[in-house]
Order: sequence, then structure tokens, then C-alpha cells
Amino acid sequence: MTGKEQSARPDDAAPAIELRGISKSFGPIRANRDISLSVASGTIHGIVGENGAGKSTLMSILYGFYKADAGEIRINGKPTAIPDSQAAIGAGIGMVHQHFMLVQNFTVLENVVLGAEDGPLLGPSLAKARSLLTRLAGEYELSVDPDAVIEELSVGYQQRVEILKSLYRQADILILDEPTGVLTPSEASHLFRILRSLRDEGKTIILITHKLQEIMAVTDTVSVMRQGEMTATVRTCDTMPEELAQLMVGRKVLLRVKKQAANPGDVVLDATNLTVTDDRGVERLKDVSLQVRKGEILGIAGVAGNGQTELLEVLGGISSATGSIRINGKEVSCSGPGSDAGSRRRCGVAHVPEDRQHLGLVMDFHAWENMAFGYHHDSRYNHNRLFMDNRAIRHATARNMEHFDVRPATAESVARNFSGGNQQKIVLAREFTRGPQLLVVGQPTRGVDIGAIEFIHQRIVDLRDSGAAVLLISVELDEILSLSDRVAVMFDGRIIGERITSETNENELGLLMAGITSES
Amino acid sequence: MDFATVIQILDSMMRLSTPLIFACLAGLFSERAGIFDIGLEGKMLASAFFSAAVAAFTGSVLLGMMAGLTASMLLALVHGMASITFRGNQLISGVAINFFASGMTALIGQNWFKLGGRTPSLSGDGRFLPIEFPFAVNIESVPILGPIYSELFSGHTFLVYLSIPTVFLAWWILFRTRFGLRLRAVGENPEAVDTGGLSVTGLRYQATLICGLLCGLGGAYLSTGMAAGFIRDMTAGKGFIALAALIFAKWRPVYALLACLLFGLLEAIAIRFQNIEITGLGTVPLQLMQALPYILTVVILAGFVGKAIPPRAGGEPYVKER
Repeated sequence: MTGKEQSARPDDAAPAIELRGISKSFGPIRANRDISLSVASGTIHGIVGENGAGKSTLMSILYGFYKADAGEIRINGKPTAIPDSQAAIGAGIGMVHQHFMLVQNFTVLENVVLGAEDGPLLGPSLAKARSLLTRLAGEYELSVDPDAVIEELSVGYQQRVEILKSLYRQADILILDEPTGVLTPSEASHLFRILRSLRDEGKTIILITHKLQEIMAVTDTVSVMRQGEMTATVRTCDTMPEELAQLMVGRKVLLRVKKQAANPGDVVLDATNLTVTDDRGVERLKDVSLQVRKGEILGIAGVAGNGQTELLEVLGGISSATGSIRINGKEVSCSGPGSDAGSRRRCGVAHVPEDRQHLGLVMDFHAWENMAFGYHHDSRYNHNRLFMDNRAIRHATARNMEHFDVRPATAESVARNFSGGNQQKIVLAREFTRGPQLLVVGQPTRGVDIGAIEFIHQRIVDLRDSGAAVLLISVELDEILSLSDRVAVMFDGRIIGERITSETNENELGLLMAGITSES
Repeated sequence: MDFATVIQILDSMMRLSTPLIFACLAGLFSERAGIFDIGLEGKMLASAFFSAAVAAFTGSVLLGMMAGLTASMLLALVHGMASITFRGNQLISGVAINFFASGMTALIGQNWFKLGGRTPSLSGDGRFLPIEFPFAVNIESVPILGPIYSELFSGHTFLVYLSIPTVFLAWWILFRTRFGLRLRAVGENPEAVDTGGLSVTGLRYQATLICGLLCGLGGAYLSTGMAAGFIRDMTAGKGFIALAALIFAKWRPVYALLACLLFGLLEAIAIRFQNIEITGLGTVPLQLMQALPYILTVVILAGFVGKAIPPRAGGEPYVKER
């Protein structure tokens, strides 16, 4: 393909970006393995992949946040070292980060010139930026009031400011990291118009996303990343979303979990129309309704950031929502008094949070102290209203650690000194041993070694068999497939499909995760 | 209260506000860059001591001031190291500097001069002398304008005249120069500065050094302009009053000037009217009058001035994520 392009455009032979054999490891995790990529000048190039596929790491290397362990970067054919952001800007690379790098109480103009001023005085730079902004506004539909303060602008406009920042620095290569995650559909289509007109002016654009429709709609070429490797690069017109989904998800080895068929009983969790709006006014969870029965595992699949975290936090009593939640037929509050984590626990809900190091444990506290969290008022842990029975807690901890095979089984160690898998076992032991009627668990095996994964999976199934309802949230599709009895897929804050696990496969779920429903 | 009294009070307000203005601007630069600094007090004290001590040895107030500025900037550098390079807690570092300066100045003072922590009284070129405006004596007798010119405007020391232009210079630097834009950005969103290819560390160190310089001027004024020598703990909380003024002014230079003048005025009133008779209640105690500026400080810090939003990245060491 490269050869064909070279013969077609001999003057412009060198690709805008060429990566050769880029590798990057973080400790034992190989985030990028021997990645080679060639992006032709004047094209929109999409990079798709699941979370953790290594897209962001690769772009961070290109923008000078990380130094690659091995490999070479060529910009317009010239080998270029990019040790920091300044070098990236110098090489003509601009980046629109997922979280905007804007100073909230500065005006648009001030943000645009920051770091790219012409001289020690601001006046001339601001005047120059003002005239350039006016010109760009007409050329690329990038109109923004130059004197508006960032915090008063909508997210879509803030993103335009980010693009303008890059253009002001004369970037020829523009990297956009998940640009539509925070945009409304009309804002997104406006963004795509801007990107197309930028491409037509000869700019090269790299679009990182996990939304396949966007790839199909706007890119010329698309590369797929999976588990740190670049698995394919194809022309967008030669491919289909189904093919991309398959390339993204791949054939994964299912972990074997000993599991009988489910025997669902009464409805334990009945959530209706849960909606969560974040502090920027964006709906993160949209009208989600679901039911989980006694003795079954409902898996929530989806690419991270599609509302799963919000759902978990609402059910766990950490954040508030509108809608209604019934547990064993009894209404519980979604917001205000009675919606806190303690009240949830009293209703028999155990919550294993996604981020165990922030929400699940106090890292500098001993294992036995961590074992009591959330159950401080338990009569077994208290002598009376005033004093806690530390000996009882230590005793319970020793027993739990043995049951859950926590290594080392020392109640006096601080949580930080346990490995990821053993930290998770401490949290699980704390929640499981209370005999919960409903378990909500997020990413139970994230960062956990393979042996512990099997153990944890088995415990979750055992809990189901003992009559609990389990809501499992995971971005690992194989985990969802091997554990759950039913699968619901979340996309863009909604549940866009629900399947019986035994009647579906990863390709079908992969498409749903990418937001493609058979109806649309 | 007659006109002469008003002029006298305003005159002493000018003198009393000067150290506050310098310290407040010092805090402004530091905090706008995201480094909270409660060590203003300590830096002023160190500068006050070394200014007076070196002036006493050499007989030159300028050499004294240079020594004071150096001392203050060195302490600023210590605060910078602690809070920028080593990402320590900025409050603790500030408190440590205050204690260190308080103890160190008394100790060295006693060792050098054997006067119980004081320096010898400065005279002649050893201190800043009042600058008399031309014709001040001649037009003093002109009604109204005469006293305003000769007493209020004329007859202050160099640093008093320096303080007001410094406020406008600070405003100009912060809002009209490239450096100011970057400095304000680094206090609001250091990540944006970093991804823009600028050095967060470099900008913050520059801001801390400016903070040290301005604290140094305030301290030098205390011992060589306002008084004639160093007295133990002579800053007497001025660094904290300046912080209160900074919050009151919502981190804006010109408002900072007004806030410092208000504190200076209260102090001047407290000094002038040590015994106020209120009919039916008796005399207002001296202590209450002297406590007025401090009471206002507490009231302001307790949040009675409306919502004051500090620089968003203030107090947080910058750690590059990703």
C-alpha cells in the first residue's frame, strides 16, 4: 500500500509520521510491543482498540510524555527525537487531550498564546492571535469568541480552543485522544466537519477512539491495536465495523470456571431509570434499568467510561442519582439521606469498588484495620458503644485471610505491602463474609495475577450458588463471558443490549460495545 | 477630630502600610504561581535582622538592604526546594521558616551584639532617612493643600515611595507580560503549562524568588526605615496580616494595595487613639484598640468577605501524571 502511494505522489513520498519498532514497558506490563505505523500526510488516520490496548501510551510517546524503550520516530521522513512536549510542538505535532489542558479562568486568547508568545509583552501576541483566530474561524468552522473565559464555554467549544491552540503553534499533525467522549452528537458531527476541512488543507490527523462508527465516518485509514500490539492497518473503505470489532477483541482464551447452570430466584435488585449527571451537566448514566435475581450473575460489559463506574457507585451508595432502586422489593434512596454506603450495607449490599487502592482500602493501614471498614458498628467488633474490640477484628481477619488464601496471612502488615491480588482478596474477604444478598463488584481481577484470578472467579460463583445476586462490572470481556449468566452491554451511559451468555459470543458483544446495534 | 489629626493618621497609615504592601505582593506572586507561602513573616524577619545588622556594621543602609534581600531570598529558595523540588507540604515548610527565622535572628543577634537580640540603634547613613519634597517647608502653612503636600506626601523614606509603584508594576507584570501569563497559568493548571512545552518548575522557582525579594524589601523597611534597628520578632504578625489582605484582595494587586492601606489605617488609628471615651460606657481599653488589625484579620480569614477563590493549583505540588 505504501508503494502504491509513493508512486501516486512522488513529491510527497515520506509519510507524515512513521513509527518503527516502538516498544514500551511499565514494569512487567508491556504496553507497546514492537509497534510500526505509517501515517500518510494529509489523511485522517484512526486508531482503535479496547482499553489498555496501548493507544494512549503510543500517543504519549509521540507527544514526548514517555520515552520509548526501543524504536524510532520519523516525522516527514526525518528521524526525530521527542524527549518532551516542547520537542513534539517543535516537530509540528499538536495534541488534543481527552482532558483539556486549558486554564479555566483565562480567556480563549490567553489560552491560545500561552507558551507560544512572540515576545516578552503580551499585547502583540494577543493581537496576532485575535486576527489568526478570526481567519481560522472562517476557514474551518472553528468560531469561538476570543474574549470568552474558558469556564463559561461548553465542552464542545473548549475542544475547539484546544484545536486552535495546536493550529496557532502551526501543528501539521494533530492527535485527538477520544475527542467525542464528552461531546453531544451534533457537537461531534461539527468536529468531524472541522477535521475533514483540516485534512483538505493538508493537515495530518490521528484520531484515537473506541467508537467504530466514528472511524467509519471520518477516517481514511484505520489501525487496530490489541494488547499492546498493532494488529492491522486497513483502508477504511475496505473494511466493515464487524471486521474491526473482531480485530479489536480478538480470540481470547476463556478462563475456565467451574460453574453449574444458574438457578435464578426472586428479584433482589430492581433498578429503574437510574440517571447520573456529573458536575459539568453531562449525563453519565442515562435511564438505566436492570434487575438481578437471587442466584444469578449479571455481567455488565462495555469499554471503560461508558457509565459503568457511575452505575457501580450509585448502587454502592457512593454517588447519587435520580430514579429508583429496590432491594428485595424495598425501596432505597438514590440520593440524599439514606443513600450512603452505610445504609446500602445495612440493606445487605456488599460493594467491591473498581479502584481498590482508593475506595477499597486505606493503603497505610494494617490488614486487620482494613478488614473492619464499613463494619465498625458491627456488634461483633465492639465491646460496647465506646470501645472497639480489636482482638475480635484481628481474630476475624486471621480467619478471613486463611479462607481467602491471602499471602502473607499476616494481619499486622499494612495493605500497601500486599500484592494487587492479595489486596483484592482482603477486600473480597471483608465483603463476602458478611453473607450479602447482593454483591456489586467492579473489575474484580484488574491487576491481579492469573492464579488469583481463578480463585476470585471461583469465589464469585460460590457466592452466587449460596443464593446471592451478583452484579459484575468488568471491561474484560472474557471475564464477563466466563462468569456471568446474563450480559448487559453499556455504551454511552445506556444499556444498549442484553444477552444470555450461553447464546452469545464475543463478536456480537464486541459490536455492542462499539455501539453498533442490529437495529441501527 | 480636626483636619491636622486626619492628616497625621493618614501619614502614619502610609508608613504602616508599606511593609504590608511588600509582603502582600510577595504572597501574590508566590500564590499566583501555585505556591502557598505562610513563611512571609519569617522572610521579612530575616531580612529585617540582616538589614539592620549589616547596616550597623558597615554604616551603609544600602549594603544592609542587600544583605536583607539575600537572606530573604535564600529562605525563599528553601521554601522552593521543599515545595517544588521535593514536593513537600507547603504549609509545613512555611511554618518551619517562620520558626527558624524567629529563633535564628534572636540567637545571632545576641551573639553578635549582646543586646538581648536587638541590633544597635542605627543613625545617619545606617538607615533610610525621610525624603523631603521641594518647597515642603515653604507651603506647609497653606491651608488644606499645605499639610497634605508637606506632611502626607513629603517626608517618607525611599521604600514608602517605592511600594506604591511596585503595586502597579506587579499588576503590569502579571497581566501584561508573557511572564505574568505563564505565572498565572502555572498556579491555575500546571498541566496546561507542561503540555504547552514550558517548565513548571522553572516558573515556580522564579515566582518564589520574586516573593523572597519583595519580602526582603518589606523586612528591610521595618528595621531601617520605619524603626532604627532590629527588635526581636519585630514583624509581629505582619506577614500574616499581609496574607489576610491578599485573600481580602482576592489575589489582585490593586485590591491588595487597598486592603493593605485599610490594615495600615486601622493600625494608625489604634496608635493615635489609645483611649477613646464612649459616653456611657467609659474608656475603650488600649488593648482592644491595638488588637483591631488582628481582629479584622481573623474576620477576613473566617470568610466574611464573600467567596475568595484561590489559584486552583495552589498548595499542590505538581506531579506529572501519565
